[in-house]
Amino acid sequence: MSDSERPYTLVAELTYRCPLRCVYCSNPLDYGAHGDELDTPTWLRVLREAEDLGVVQVNLTGGEPLVRDDLEALIEECRRLDLYTNLITSGVPLRRERLARFRALGLDNVQISIQDTAAAASDRIAGVKAFDRKLEVAAWVKELGFPLTLNTVLHRENLDRVEAVIALAERLGADRLELANTQYLGWALPNRAALLPSRAQLAHAREVAAAARKRLTGTMEVLFVTPDYYTDLPKACMDGWGRRFIVLSPEGRALPCHAAHTLPGLTFESVRDRPLGEIWRDSAGFRAFRGEDWMPEPCRSCDRRAIDFGGCRCQAYLLTGNAAATDPTCKLSPDHHLIETAREAAETPTLTELIYRTTKSPS
Amino acid sequence: MISAESRLRLAAKARLRFDRKSSRYMLLYPERGLVLNPTAADVLQRCDGERTVGSIVAELAKQYGHDAPAVEREVLGFLQTMADRGLVQAAP
Repeated sequence: MSDSERPYTLVAELTYRCPLRCVYCSNPLDYGAHGDELDTPTWLRVLREAEDLGVVQVNLTGGEPLVRDDLEALIEECRRLDLYTNLITSGVPLRRERLARFRALGLDNVQISIQDTAAAASDRIAGVKAFDRKLEVAAWVKELGFPLTLNTVLHRENLDRVEAVIALAERLGADRLELANTQYLGWALPNRAALLPSRAQLAHAREVAAAARKRLTGTMEVLFVTPDYYTDLPKACMDGWGRRFIVLSPEGRALPCHAAHTLPGLTFESVRDRPLGEIWRDSAGFRAFRGEDWMPEPCRSCDRRAIDFGGCRCQAYLLTGNAAATDPTCKLSPDHHLIETAREAAETPTLTELIYRTTKSPS
Repeated sequence: MISAESRLRLAAKARLRFDRKSSRYMLLYPERGLVLNPTAADVLQRCDGERTVGSIVAELAKQYGHDAPAVEREVLGFLQTMADRGLVQAAP
């Protein structure tokens, strides 16, 4: 491992618990079967170990991080370590006083998810009534002087309203808007037929977002993340396996990505058993797909291999059964027909029932 | 447009942090970070909402022993890029 390989970001998944039941949740399907959450002293130790390794940014996320009553202590420690700290939240359950405490303790940024631009459509995707509360919390975020990121996950049901999403973000005074198309991992894969947009829908939304980005230059950062299924070249998932990110699962497993522990045949060690630095440098799980030695053709000889690192391992596994395969979203993958078939189906959608996140895995 | 009269400060979402590993300053903002060269760090550390860009240029020209017009061109270009990315903004 070269010196340039150091983690910059710790994604602290504090819990898998969440009041929302979003149909595209990126938590594993069997999240309900995972072990006990790490306690506060262990999280505080991990934050110190992460900073020592080179981490400069922490995303406090989940599940819903607000359900942890030690969030204050974690934010305080992040600040003491001079880490840039981002709270990634649904906004519920939160009182204004608690948010003000986070501000006083040094939290840097608040990211709130908004599922759609009106209560009925938004609550349908979240599986609970939360929309009105989210808007209230977004307003508090700005009133208290925080920068606000709004995140809207896009899919077939809301892509045609991207313009309204942007208008809502402007109205709320967002500093940053993430228009992130659903990626078909976690709960989104069993919901793919209901969520995958048509090519025309996507193209229209992309144009709207590009125009807004130009118009709002210097005021609001507008990001548009294309679904992997329409890129034909894979994304640099996590900037490469074990290169820049450490994800810590609620029960304490250090992972190269949110879903690495769902890949069969790999073991991921827990920070309960071993210091984070050793896991990052030496563990079998972090080494599995680090660098290029694991790559099959066509990745191995591809001139993009240092750009996309072979794409997403979890996507490869979910679609082909082989985590070491080329990401099928790549047009050079021998399995790319799986993507083409899904895209064709999205041109003529049929009514499909949504599967909400629950503690029981869908069969 | 950024000019010599502009008074700038870092955007609310951005903050500087010294990185022990690289001995460089980093500008951190949500989900991203820029590793700054020493000149860029000198400029951003002075964007305190009080100093004008012109006075920052004068300070740095003196500190580096360079011509003020050359420093000004470089600083204005850099700050305009940072403003377009929403990382610095005019002080109220």
